[in-house]
Parts: sequence; C-alpha cells; structure tokens
Amino acid sequence: MAHISAGIACSHVPAIGAAWDLGKAGDDYWKPLFEGFEFTKQWEKANKPDVVFLVYNDHATAFSLELIPTFAIGCGESFQPADEGWGARPVPVVEGAPELAAHIAQSVIEDEFDLTIVNKMDVDHGLTVPLSLMFGKVDQWPCKIIPFAVNVVQYPPPSGKRCYHLGKAIARAIKSFPEDLNVQIWGTGGMSHQLQGPRAGLINREWDNEFLDRLIENPEDLSKMPHIEYVREAGSEGVELVMWLIMRGALSAQVELVHRFYHVPASNTAVGHLILKNRD
Amino acid sequence: MSGKSYDNIPGTVIFDAEQARKGYHLNQFCMSLMKAPNRARFLANERTYLDEWPMSEDQKQAVLARDYNRMISLGGNVYFLAKIFATDGKSFQYAAALMTGMSQEAYANMMLTGGRKVSDPIGDVNQGRAG
Repeated sequence: MAHISAGIACSHVPAIGAAWDLGKAGDDYWKPLFEGFEFTKQWEKANKPDVVFLVYNDHATAFSLELIPTFAIGCGESFQPADEGWGARPVPVVEGAPELAAHIAQSVIEDEFDLTIVNKMDVDHGLTVPLSLMFGKVDQWPCKIIPFAVNVVQYPPPSGKRCYHLGKAIARAIKSFPEDLNVQIWGTGGMSHQLQGPRAGLINREWDNEFLDRLIENPEDLSKMPHIEYVREAGSEGVELVMWLIMRGALSAQVELVHRFYHVPASNTAVGHLILKNRD
Repeated sequence: MSGKSYDNIPGTVIFDAEQARKGYHLNQFCMSLMKAPNRARFLANERTYLDEWPMSEDQKQAVLARDYNRMISLGGNVYFLAKIFATDGKSFQYAAALMTGMSQEAYANMMLTGGRKVSDPIGDVNQGRAG
C-alpha cells in the first residue's frame, strides 16, 4: 500500500527562484538561505519519494478572477512551469501521478471535501521554488508530483481547521491506494510577510517560531487559530500558512522533527522550513 | 464598508469578495499582461490599451501613475498588480518599498534588519477602501 513517510514545510518566494536561476545562490545575501536547505537536499537523496503531494497556492497565474477554486487537485499527466510575466523558470516539466491523484480525488470527495479536479494548468513559483530548494538543479525532478492548489488570494481562504481535517482525509486516501509508494506531503507558503500597502515588509519572528513549535507539537490546537490572527500578526500574505496545516493534518499526532530552519529575509518574506517524519 | 473584523488593521486592505467585484476588470487587465505581445502593446500606448478595458477612470489613472496603493483601494490585488510591475521590469521589493513610501534602499535595509515589527508605526501614505 502507499504510505506517507514525511511532511515538509517551506516558504515559496519568487525571488528565491530568480536568485537560484541566475546563479546568485552563493551571494552574501542568499547564501544563508540556501545553506538552510543543504541538509534537506542530502536527506531527499537518501529518502527519495516516489510521489510528492505538493500543497501550494497559485498567484494569479493559472487562476485569474474568472475561476477561483478553494481546493484544486492536479490530476493531469504533466504540468508546465508558468510564464508569470518574467518568462517561465528554466526548470523541468512537472510530471504528475494521475492514477494516485484520481484515487485521492475520489476518496477525498467521498469523504465530504469537495475538490475541484484540474487536468490542465501551468504551475507557478509557488510549486517550482520548493522543488528547487529540496532537489536542487536537476534535468528531471526525481519523482512524480501531484499539485494541490489552495485559494489564499481572494479572502476568505479555507480555515485552518478545514485544512487540518482535509489533511487527514488526504492521508486516508493515500493509505488506501494499493500500489506500494513512498509519498511525501509538502505544505508551502508563508511565513510572515505582507506585500501590499503601507504596512508592507511586516515580519514577526517570534510569532513565526511559535507557529513552528505549535505545528510540530500541538497542531490540532493551532488549527483553531482564526484568519484575523494570521493577518494581524503575520501580514496579509502570511495567511498562506493555513496550507501548512493540510500537510500536518496528514501526519501522525506525534512526529519526529528531522530538520528545522528559519531565516529573514528573502526579499519581503520570512522563510521557514521543517522536515517531519511520519510515525503512522 | 465597515464592520469587518479585518478593516482596522493599519495599512492593509483585505482582498475580499467586495474588493474583487470592484477590481474585476482592473485585475483582468493585469492578467492580460501575462502575454508578451500584450505587454509590448501596453507599453507602446498605455492609455489606448487601458481604454480597451471597462475600468473606471480612477482605476486607469491609478495604473498610469503606477499608484499601487490607489489601485489596491480600487479593488486591485497585489498578485495581479505584479503583472504591471513585472512589465516595467520591477521586482516585488521595488513595489513594496513604493507602497510604504520608503526609498528602495531604506526598505531593503529594513528587511535586512528583521523587517517591520507589528508594533512599528506605518508611514503616512494614504490607503484604504475607496468608495
């Protein structure tokens, strides 16, 4: 049967992708950030997944205001890196896992989470920057990827509690898939950042680190946090952190912390990163 | 509109259904800039290009002036507005600095020293929901 071996959390900032693509990873500004992922790149080689279930948000790329799905699962064969206005990132095409994705969609919808099924969409930096951080520069991503897009652009995004319980439904779905697959689930976005208005540049190091503590130790309690607290304490774009609760909900109540990293700044954003080993 | 729990966060407009309705054509205009030929046509004559969209005159003026706070108050969302500053060859950090009223250098320095604190006062830059 398929199993979830680990959960990963990390931020996804377009400037990280640009720095990586332009060969600036060794610059003074970026070096401390990329060093935080050196351990992870080695760890991913030693613990290579067959499939990554990648929770992220689209940034007005595949979804405009014409269509705003709250939860969208990518069931296609492949997904192209998007041109977000700067040209597409020079990274490999994302190969999907259509059979597992279709199984998850059916199982999760029967479990009362009404997903939108997407067979064709381009994927933006929200999905490709985490792949670069975990796998480095490669000709081909080392595994299949199921993109799972969450609306956090138009308010309100789904609640933390909804995300946490959806994670549990995704775990039930993955565990009932008959093929023997090593699956990782990633939650991306955050941490504290605000990109708009006179309050742009907000960072809340203490709040972010408490969020990390609670996500590891007491996620059910954390899942009850209302949106307004995210917005007030972590900035208008900090509310992306609800996506990390989907990842955490898919793991066992107790997890083993493999790696933890926090860095400020990446452009306008605080970067957080966790590797959590599942005990189920 | 008042009475929303998130209306009293200083210097912040939450992009909710009301803002999305007001900003629909502004944001969809931004989406059109995802295509290189449209970017070229917009830069060649901004006013003509904007007149192809059923946006309000206020919205068009805000775009021409690159007044991002004004665009946000008129229903723009930063991820859509990013298509405008990308067309101008500018970064998120450039746009963020502009919206705070700080120089890009001062803003970058603030980020390097840990960013803006929740308790920090915000600059005297007009912004809010426009009627």
